[in-house]
Order: sequence, then structure tokens, then C-alpha cells
Amino acid sequence: MSGQAKQIILGAYFPGVNHDTVWSDPASGSHIDFDSFVHWARTAERGTLDLLFLAEGLRLRDRGGEIFDQDVVGRPDTFTVLASLAAATSRIGLAGTINTTFNEPYELARQFATLDHLSGGRAAWNVVTSSDADTGENFRRGGYLDHSQRYERAGETLAAVRALWDSWDADAVLADKTSGRFLREAGAGDFAFEGSQFDIAGRFTTPRSPQGHPVILQAGESPAGRDFAAASADAIFSRYRTFYQARDFYQDVKARVVKAGRDPGEVKILPSASVVLGDTPAEARERHAHIQDRQFDPYTVIVLAEMVWNRDLSGVDPEGPVPDVAPTPEAPKWIRGRAPLTQDAHTTVRQWRELAELDNLNLRQVVTKVFDRAVFVGTPAQVAGEIDHFVQQDACDGFILGSHVSPSGLDEVVDRVVPLLRDRGSFRREYTGTTLREHLGLRPATP
Amino acid sequence: MSQTSSIPTAFHGSPGPLSLSVALDGAGWHPGAWRTPGARAGELFTPAYWADLVTLAERGLLDFVTIEDALGVQSGDHLATAGRETDQVRGRLDAALVAAFVAPLTRHIGLVPTVTTTHTEPFHVAKAIATLDHNSKGRAGWRVQVSARSDEAAHFGRRELPQLRREDLGTPTADRAVAELFGEAADAVEAVRRLWDSWEDDAEIRDESTNRFVDRAKLHYVDFIGARFTVRGPSITPRSPQGQPIVAVLAHGRVPFALAASSADVVFVTPHHADEARAILARISAAEAEVSRTGAPLRITADLLVVLDDTQAGADARLRDLNRLARAEPRSDALLVATTPAGLADLIEAWRHAGLLHGFRLRPAVLPDDLHAVVEGLVPELQRRGLFRTGYGKQHLRERLGLPRPASRYAELVSPEREHA
Repeated sequence: MSGQAKQIILGAYFPGVNHDTVWSDPASGSHIDFDSFVHWARTAERGTLDLLFLAEGLRLRDRGGEIFDQDVVGRPDTFTVLASLAAATSRIGLAGTINTTFNEPYELARQFATLDHLSGGRAAWNVVTSSDADTGENFRRGGYLDHSQRYERAGETLAAVRALWDSWDADAVLADKTSGRFLREAGAGDFAFEGSQFDIAGRFTTPRSPQGHPVILQAGESPAGRDFAAASADAIFSRYRTFYQARDFYQDVKARVVKAGRDPGEVKILPSASVVLGDTPAEARERHAHIQDRQFDPYTVIVLAEMVWNRDLSGVDPEGPVPDVAPTPEAPKWIRGRAPLTQDAHTTVRQWRELAELDNLNLRQVVTKVFDRAVFVGTPAQVAGEIDHFVQQDACDGFILGSHVSPSGLDEVVDRVVPLLRDRGSFRREYTGTTLREHLGLRPATP
Repeated sequence: MSQTSSIPTAFHGSPGPLSLSVALDGAGWHPGAWRTPGARAGELFTPAYWADLVTLAERGLLDFVTIEDALGVQSGDHLATAGRETDQVRGRLDAALVAAFVAPLTRHIGLVPTVTTTHTEPFHVAKAIATLDHNSKGRAGWRVQVSARSDEAAHFGRRELPQLRREDLGTPTADRAVAELFGEAADAVEAVRRLWDSWEDDAEIRDESTNRFVDRAKLHYVDFIGARFTVRGPSITPRSPQGQPIVAVLAHGRVPFALAASSADVVFVTPHHADEARAILARISAAEAEVSRTGAPLRITADLLVVLDDTQAGADARLRDLNRLARAEPRSDALLVATTPAGLADLIEAWRHAGLLHGFRLRPAVLPDDLHAVVEGLVPELQRRGLFRTGYGKQHLRERLGLPRPASRYAELVSPEREHA
């Protein structure tokens, strides 16, 4: 291959309210104090990463009616943290996961447009939709959304938000003191949107932001989700961890992008990956095993299995076989506040049993294999090589990186892996653009 | 359920140290402001503009800034639908996010964005203001506002609001609509306050020996059930440094006075002379008694729209210029005062004595000019008179306003009786 290497996109996720975050690690800090977010964000910016990424959960998780207490619990408000981070950083993209079910287009449009103004064009929205009636208990609208309406709701929300963003021309604000003309046109902000979910009209409050349209991220895995993302997103998250799975997903989605009438380069594919480093391969493996022991303690193994079985498995031995009881997906939800792991529990249980049989694994080992988020385990050189391999061989366009500890887990990735990626010529040494669209190589948004 | 600790309501007899704050909105509160030479009319939607304003206010040791907001384009009248004018400032950023942006850029000043209760989700409001409190290390507040405009309702399409017209106020239909909006606001504040308390302060325990990150006995469902919405809780956001960030309400009449008395810590009022300030104070005391308010009495704060200059003639000339540039006199609920910093200090001193107001929220006619005059002129003048502090003391906004930090309403109190039993 001659000429320039394909440029890797790198983001960072904040270790979240999951079993993979090891809060008992001595390095583990607060998940709430703003100082933690500043440390994380400045580390990522020092590494010239493309974007920061925050997840979302709008109710605390519970199991059999009792709030989870074994994992990190609690998070701050996503928009508020990102707006504060806009002041604490200068170049890195700021991506937030925000639900379309429990927010209205008018608010979403003005919050993301405001974030884009405040950050000078660095805002991104990971569009998710929930049909989770339990989370609805915290909101006016309740859990009304039928599962089949999820993509309808998401699609209409996105279309309505884009209509709002387009309601002010880029040059709508004249602010000419001499003539006394503040607006170029009287109709600045006029909008109307009608669909099955929304019938809204009026005037939008917020002038067009630097990016015009903040970057749209999505995570779609079902065929409908992939089509939706291919048609409307700028980047797609995935959770495929092996090279061939990732490449299959990449090829499938890029084909859908083309079918949707878009250039394949317009949609970036970004799996998330946790990184475990060591000075030697053996040391990295040892560290990984130690982290896994902390992540997949006996209680957590049972809770994760219960997410599939949807029933109380507290009598099951994590060191024993995959339980031979049947899952009860039709029963009232045993674990609430977590995105469902599977739409088809019976198939998933069968796959787990096959996995156990094939490799002679006990329940804990199966759960560890299924849930471990660590994609890259090795020396910095190994990890840099693998990341580059995934990208150059078109298994993805980059990664959203994280670790098992917050807020300092990203430090060693930035200090030890990023320089090697730079040396390979596949990652920037400094920011060349100012907006997130420019970092990602996306075209400016046009109305 | 009892919601607050049982400190008896004090008579408004001791206003405490003078509280000074400013209200930030667009290019300033006079419609002609944006056309003046000092206005940064082309930068109203930039981060630098807001950062500069709030850091300037902090140089003046002000207690807090409020930031205006609404879920519709400005109309110059909170009841009227936006018109088609092109000669006035139109458009705004989300105030809560502006406050979040300036939080890391400041250290002392309180940040009180306006957030509407009418179309928003109390759950989102609760975590946004709590997070602002975390990010600012205890400086957050919430200025509660209802949306009465039918055009704003159409932005959400969830319900139709009758268009309230000023001439209809006082009719039974309008009274019902107002009561509905303010009733919803009271519900929203109650739901938010419960969510702020839904994590006890020491809920996060990180106890390795029992493999527990939180003590779930210290997390509480809030089960707010009202006529308009229900909220289950708990919040996803742990209790913030102040526990309960400041809640403020602007009030001109019986219904908003009642909302302030039942729900707020600070009330902004708009007397036009000292006697009126005294009358408003009496009405607020009555409203507090009517709702059997417990805890600290309302911090009563008078709003003034200020045009400041070194000389009285200069201030008069500035106001004339502003009116000419706006091609109209401003409509203002608050008293418009064109004076010198010393003249404003006289007024503040006189009203403090007459009305026993806790403080003043100044609405600068022109930004940044009149804010600059407040910081460089008024504040030193008040300091010379011994009426205003010379440094920030307490970190938390509540403390600075003389309000204790409340325990979570859900925290189990160990009563002396039980201890001795």
C-alpha cells in the first residue's frame, strides 16, 4: 500500500455504572465529582483523541425490587457535564447519549445546539430510544412506547431535531447596529414538523450552531437498527470484539450506507474497546485475569446470568454448570433499568450452553467470556498493532476506548499506545481542525 | 409528608447582610441595548461573551447571576407570542447549559439559570441542577418559571394552552389557567426537591468487605404523585454539595407569591417605591403564613432595571439614547432607575431600611456596560458605606444567603426520645 495510512478515529468512554468498572481498585476515583471528568477529558485531549463519550441510564438498576449496590451507582446529568467540559477543554468532541423517548425534539435541538455553540462546534449526540416502561416511571409520558415504535420515534425525533437546527440560516443574525436590523429575515427560526409521533410548529430559539448539525452517533445491531443508522447517522458504535465479526459488521453496514444513497465514508464505524496493558504479554494477561476476577465476582456472575434468564438464580453455583432451568422472558422483569441483553432468551441460553460444552466452561467462565469488554490485552506495541490492523483492514474506522478504572484508566493508553499509533502514521500528532466534524473527516452539514 | 426541618419561620425582621445579584439576558434589559457602542451584539451566542459577563460579575463579589431563558423566541412580554420584528434581539442559548459552561471558569459566584416547569421533565431538571451544583462545588440555583404562551405549547405539541391575554387577567378563565400553570410549577419543584433528597449524603460507601458500593437503605423512591405527573425516583444523581440548591421565583401577584412561599428560597419582587416594598413584604409574610411555611423565611429580593453613569445628566442622556435606539420606551415590570452608582447606593440603603429587603437583583440595561458600572461603581460605593462585603466568604451559595444546609428529608432522624428509650 502506497501513500498515507487510513487515519484512525479514537474516542474515550467514561467508565460507567457497570460491572466492568472496578470501584475497589485503589486508583478508582469519584464518578460524580467534576474533577474526575476534567482529568479524563484533559487526558484524552492530550492524546489528541477525537471525542469523549458519555453513556446514559435514566433509572437506577434494581434486581427483584432492590436497587443494585454491587456496581458503581449514580451518574451526573450528561448535558451539564458536557457543557462544563466545553469550558475545560478546547478541541476534543463532546458526545452524549440522550434518549428520544423521554425528551422532546424542541429541547433536544436547543440543548445540542447550545452545546455546539459553547464548544465551538464539538457536540455529538448518540441517539438511543427506550421502550422501557420502568424508566418511564420517572417521566411524565411514562413507558408508553411500544417496542415496534422505537425506530419510528427515533427517526421522527431526529428528523424534527434536524428541521429545528435548519430553521435558522447560518447568516440569520445580522446585528447591524447602524441600521438597527438584528435579524436578516423575520422568519428566522420558523419550523413545522408533522408525523405520527409529533405535530409541532413555531419558532426555534437558538441560532444555527458552528457545526450546523452536531454529529449523530448510533448503535444499531438489529437489521432495522442497522438500516436506520446507515440512513441517518454519521458514526455507528458496535460491540463486535473479534476481527472477523467486526469486519462482517463493517461490510454489512457500509453496504447498507451505499444502499441508502450515501458515500460509505460518510458513516464511521467505531466499536468500543477496553484496553489492558502490560510490559510483557504475560504481565498483561496476568493483569487481565486479575481484573476479571474483580469484575466477575460470584454475585455479579449470577446477576448477569439473571439478565438472560429473567428469574432469581441466587441458588445457582457460579462455579457450576450453566443452569439447566428454563429462562422466563415472559415473567415480570427481574432486573430493571438495564438495556435488555437479548430479545430471545431461549436462543441465548442455548448459545451459552453450547459455549460451555464446547470449551468445558462453568457458568462464571461463560459469563466472563460473554461480558468481558477487554478487546486489547498486551504490550503497548501489541495493542497499537492490533488497533491499526483492525482499522487498516477495514474491520472498523476506529475505537471508543476505555478501561476498568475511572478517571485515570485512560492515562496509560494515551501515554503508551497513542504515541505508537502516531509513529505508525495512522493517528494525528495534533489537531488540524476545530470542529468534531473536521476531526472525523465528515463534510459540513448543509440544510 | 413533612418536607423541611422544623426551624420556625422567623419574622422578616432581620434581613442579614445585603445580597446583590445581577440578571443576565441577551444584550441587556433595555430593548435598545444591542445598538449601543459597547454592546457585543454579534457575540450573544458565543461562549466568550457569557464567560466574560459572569467573570466580571464575580469580580464584583456578587452573590449570584441569574440567566434568563424561555422555550420560545423573545416577544418582550411573557404573555405574548413572538412577533415578526427584526429590529430587536431574538434567539438565545439554553440557560442551564450556559451556567454549566461558566461553572469551571468561576470559583465563587452563584449560578442560577431559568428553567421552565411547564413542558419540561422534573426528573431531567433535578439532575441538571444537581449536576450544576456538583460541577460548581455548591453554587447552583434554579429560577423557576412557567410558560403561559400558547406558541410555546405548540413547540411541544403535547397539550394546548389557551392564549392568555393581558386584558383577560383576573377573569375566571384566566385565573384557572394561571392556577393550573403555577400548580404544575409547585408540583415540579416538590418533585425536584424530593429527587435532590433521594440520595442521602453518605449513600456511597464503597465497602469492599460487603461488596457494596452504595448503602441501598440510603437511596429512596420519591413516589411523587400529582394531578399532572408522577415521578418514581430515586434520582440517578447523588446528593449535591448544597443538598438543596437555591430555588428562586419572580413574583408579582397572589398566585406566584403563594408558589414562592411554598416552594422557593428566594423571591424576586418588583416594588416601584419604598412603600410598595413594605406592602409586598407584608403580602409575602401573609403568603408564608397561609402555606404554613417552615424553615427559613423567603429571601426577598427587589429587582431594579439600572442605567448607570458617573453623573445624573450622563445617566439621563444614556436612557434617552437607549429609548431613541429602541424607538420605544422599555416595558418593565421592575423599576427603571437611571442614576449614578452613589444614587443607586442611596436607593438601596433607603429601601433596605424601609422594606427590610434581603437584597437586590439588578437588571443591567446594557451589557456589559451597566454590569461594569455595578462592579466598578456601585460595589465600591456600597463597600465604602459598610453595606457590602469586601470578599467572598462561604463557598456554598446557600450559606452566603444565610440558609442552613438541610439534611435529606429521607434521612432517618434519631430522636432523643428513642435514644433514651
